[in-house]
Amino acid sequence: MSRSVTVFVPRETAAISLGAHEVAEKIAAHENVNVIRNGSWGLSWLEPLVEVDVDGQRIAYGPVSAADVDGLFAAGFLEGGEHALRLGPVGDIPYLKKQERWTFRRCGLINPLSVDDYRAHGGFNGLEKALQAGPGHVLEQVKASGLRGRGGAGFPTGIKWQTVADATGEQKYITCNADEGDSGTFSDRILMESDPLTLIEGMIIAGFAVGADKGYIYLRSEYPLARRILAKALDAARDSGWLGEDIAGSGFSFEIDVHLGAGSYVCGEETAMLESLEGKAGLIRYKPPLPAIEGLFGKPTVVNNVVTLGSVPDIIALGGDAYANLGVGRSKGTLAFQLAGNVKQGGLVEKAFGLTLRELIQEFGHGTASGRKIRAVQIGGPLGAYFADEHLDTPLDYEAFASVGGMIGHGGVVIFDDTVDMAVQARFAMEFCAIESCGKCTPCRIGSVRGVEVIDRILANEDREKNLNLLNELCDTMIDGSLCAMGGMTPFPVRSAVKYFPEDFKR
Amino acid sequence: MAKKHDAAIATEIINQFGAKSEMLVQVLHAFVQRYGYISEDAIRQIALELNLSRADVHGVVSFYHDFRTTEPGQHIVKICQAESCQAMGSRELTAHAESKLGIAMHGTTDDGQISLEPVYCLGNCACSPAIMIDEKVYGRVNKDQLDNLIQDCGANR
Repeated sequence: MSRSVTVFVPRETAAISLGAHEVAEKIAAHENVNVIRNGSWGLSWLEPLVEVDVDGQRIAYGPVSAADVDGLFAAGFLEGGEHALRLGPVGDIPYLKKQERWTFRRCGLINPLSVDDYRAHGGFNGLEKALQAGPGHVLEQVKASGLRGRGGAGFPTGIKWQTVADATGEQKYITCNADEGDSGTFSDRILMESDPLTLIEGMIIAGFAVGADKGYIYLRSEYPLARRILAKALDAARDSGWLGEDIAGSGFSFEIDVHLGAGSYVCGEETAMLESLEGKAGLIRYKPPLPAIEGLFGKPTVVNNVVTLGSVPDIIALGGDAYANLGVGRSKGTLAFQLAGNVKQGGLVEKAFGLTLRELIQEFGHGTASGRKIRAVQIGGPLGAYFADEHLDTPLDYEAFASVGGMIGHGGVVIFDDTVDMAVQARFAMEFCAIESCGKCTPCRIGSVRGVEVIDRILANEDREKNLNLLNELCDTMIDGSLCAMGGMTPFPVRSAVKYFPEDFKR
Repeated sequence: MAKKHDAAIATEIINQFGAKSEMLVQVLHAFVQRYGYISEDAIRQIALELNLSRADVHGVVSFYHDFRTTEPGQHIVKICQAESCQAMGSRELTAHAESKLGIAMHGTTDDGQISLEPVYCLGNCACSPAIMIDEKVYGRVNKDQLDNLIQDCGANR
């Protein structure tokens, strides 16, 4: 009897969107093949990326379509045979090899729904250590790591946790903001689909550190696959005693529910998210009080992004210093950058802070998908500034980007080639704000509508100079007067477009 | 997908969420899952059973893009309108879909087969432009592929 060969085919949105299910089905129809649906390594440009276990080494092929499968078998790919799509050992693919994986180190490697696989690769080591060493140790290590909120705001996680730990009250909550709405970002999704137990472990550790027994994952409805995978992963964690009552015999209990968002961008703002979690319209709240003091249902609440929470388990397992040794200045550790838009090699790149935007785009992205010249790069989502070539040498750290009027945000990098019309992009920024504004404050609700109108007048060459000044003043009003980042940062893409691409406003 | 409002089933759905007002967003999702939209009858009953005013429920329904108040087509085709997909031609793809289907965004074809909706990011930005049909995401979609997918939805065109 010949032994069965293990073949990995990702069950992850990008891979599936390019035919991974069909590929898996076709491979599984062959005899002596054991197909494992792993997550994604984040090499989206190579998806579906299929791997074959050849004597313990995983040989990658990609991008594989269903039509390629017969040819791969004919080429003997079960033995790692030569083929035009053969990429060699997956870990040697330069795109992956050059990364510094911390939070995403298990993505692609393991079966996302196997607790055993997770354990075998260091999973739950952080939680185990936390339960032994106590909440004080966890708070110290998270502070020592220098970890800052990866949702975009960059607030120090340890300080937030300490505030909740110090807050009075019996009931506290951990909420995970999985409302990853920024265009050009998908790192939360990849982590939830490829290594959901890391997020779950991070939330339990957070609960243990601050004294919360209940967590919510606020997941955007645009991620149906992540929803299904999270539900299964939560069940697997419960069944193995790592979630629920008396976790791993420690006496500590923690439960997690998943709540769906409903297509609102502004619900990614933390207080709007809390309103939505309470079943209401996602109108943002005034701050103070901070959610750490009065959050969900008025109780002290940790609100953290998926990647923030997912970075915690190894910070506890390996120590805060190990994380803090990566990065530069006050931007410690790694960030999962996401290369998107008009890019040849799009995907997830986890690197320590400090490389330049140009290095990221050239060494990993390899230019545009269209083969044309890069004209503009938007970093940090729809509220992030557009940059021209002259800014690409800015090092990727929070402070450096703030100093050039931008933000790294959630790490999304959207590339545009030279066919882009930046006036149209500026108009869209205002239009998007008008569509997604929660409506609570006037500068955002009305300012965005007026912004679209003013840009239309500029483009129609109606009193151009006067209207450009008016747009500038409107941006000031929105920045100074809006209650949250929606209205307060929409001027960033608008102003940067006017400033760095003025010719597009003078046609 | 579209079924007539049934008070007993509605109560059952509401009770699945413990008939708690803080579960309103989740309750509304369950109604959309079953009926495709939130009917006036549903708003009335949800308000009553969650001890909210109809205005409260309406306010939540109208706030979120996911909660439509009119019957959708058999299939919902969502085309991403956000920056990453714009950089890869989503505006042209959208115009093509609108002309092919003879409807504008938010519209439904006369035969009731397809509703066209905008979506702001599907998280498939490394493979732009992205679209979603019902719950399935497609990446690097060009006009020909869109035509084929629309054909698969059984639209009479």
